[in-house]
Amino acid sequence: MLRRRLAPYLLVLPGGLWLLLFFVVPMVTMLSLSLQQGDVVTGYVFTGHWQTYVDAVVNYRTQLVRSLIYGGITTVVLIVLAFPVAYWIAFYGGRRKATYLFLLLLPFFVSFVLRTISWRQILTDEGILLGPLKDAGLLHQEFHVLGTPVAVIGGLVYNFLPFMVLPVYVALERIDPRVVEAARDLYADPATTFRKVIFPLALPGVFAGVLMTFVPASSDYVNSAVLGSSSTTMIGQVIQSQYLTSSNYPTASALSFTLMAVLLIGVFAYARALGTEDVMKVAAR
Amino acid sequence: MTGRRMLYAYTWLVIAWLTLPVLIMIAFGFNDTPGRYNQSWDGFTLKWYGRVFELDELTRALVTSLAVATVTMLVAGALGTGIGYALGRYRFRGSGTVNLVMFAAISSPELVMGASLLTLFVSLGVGPGVVTITIAHVMFCISFVAVVVRARVLTLDRSLEEAAADLGANPWTTFWRVTFPIILPAVSSGMLLAFALSIDDFVVTNFTAGTTTTFPLWIWGSTRVGLPPQVNVMGTLIFLVGVAIAVTTSIRSRPARRR
Repeated sequence: MLRRRLAPYLLVLPGGLWLLLFFVVPMVTMLSLSLQQGDVVTGYVFTGHWQTYVDAVVNYRTQLVRSLIYGGITTVVLIVLAFPVAYWIAFYGGRRKATYLFLLLLPFFVSFVLRTISWRQILTDEGILLGPLKDAGLLHQEFHVLGTPVAVIGGLVYNFLPFMVLPVYVALERIDPRVVEAARDLYADPATTFRKVIFPLALPGVFAGVLMTFVPASSDYVNSAVLGSSSTTMIGQVIQSQYLTSSNYPTASALSFTLMAVLLIGVFAYARALGTEDVMKVAAR
Repeated sequence: MTGRRMLYAYTWLVIAWLTLPVLIMIAFGFNDTPGRYNQSWDGFTLKWYGRVFELDELTRALVTSLAVATVTMLVAGALGTGIGYALGRYRFRGSGTVNLVMFAAISSPELVMGASLLTLFVSLGVGPGVVTITIAHVMFCISFVAVVVRARVLTLDRSLEEAAADLGANPWTTFWRVTFPIILPAVSSGMLLAFALSIDDFVVTNFTAGTTTTFPLWIWGSTRVGLPPQVNVMGTLIFLVGVAIAVTTSIRSRPARRR
């Protein structure tokens, strides 16, 4: 009897310990390091120096705000782009639903970094896209896409699109077709049916998609580094170089903790309001 | 009906847009480029497929990636299955906390997970390398495996286990002869997911690697100088193997689902 009651704990223990040691503890270490002073050579002492946060946020506010704006724009563009795709697959995909979802996930079999670099190859000034257009005189010779916010946001949208399509699809797929029929029977025109019935029922999926795209998009540094320029620097690049190039650990920790706090407040508000099931369900796919 | 047709066309347009960079990557693996600068099309060749392992550092990076992904798959597979099974099968105190931690691990920015692991390793004085990369990969893969396994365990028909018990099987035998074969497809797809997440990971790896190089890190490091065609060839081969595994597993799991 005792063994049966202990069984779940024994099963959870190894993985739970791993998550505790390498996910929870590091977060605490990072918080503590952000409040310490010193340098790599002489070591760090905990001083509760909150000023690091103030300095870090003031110094890098441009990049922080820019990241949230890029992340926000990316998310909005994703909702608009992904909804029709999810809608078509959910309602008209028929027996080929799984095939369409598979095709949407196809790029994921290529490394994230490699895919982004591939976009740079496509978008270079004399590349396969802009080259012919310039030669034909359709574009000004000076016209370029790389290095602009458009390229960075385009890359983010490209890389995170499936994370929006999947949760919206899951939500739409759950809608009982009879509910839609009922709306039609009650003389709702297609637009009203969509606005009053389908969209509200798809909202949990949209929220899950927002969560799954806004967080990685605003903390991303690969797209901005590969497709952007110094005028598109995002907070991820700052954190990365503070850690790996300048070894300025307190500032870097303060910045990542600020980013984490801003994003996680959103995440936990989401979890409290809507539960964790929708995100877990998509992760399980 | 025209609306429906427009949606159809639009969906295919999005799929084409998603696939375009993949096709470019594959195509440039066949590019007869004279040097390392694989930017413009210089004619078709198969020579890079013969010379794919010519760059020692790149080959070593790929081997490191494969080794890390294999260990991650096995360890995260075992640990994640434990959690997923417990969450799906038992009601116990603390299961809410486990769920919340997993949810946080799935939705935390990778950047912050990598950065916080780096601070841990720095303050412990642990030198980064293959071991720290693997520790990190197992960490972010456990939750995904657990979620996949839990979903399957929740749909498990308990009467099968009861039947086994009625026929005199002890819990151990029941688990290995009845329960495990049923949840095996979920365990293996969770493990494949872990392998895929690990071999593709850049952000967390970048923070925990030190001077060790994995396949994505090598690519990142040579973006400024230009990517050699060998990278395209390796990318193409990984892509084809991944697609082949995904297609065969989905075909193999189909008859089971119909029943």
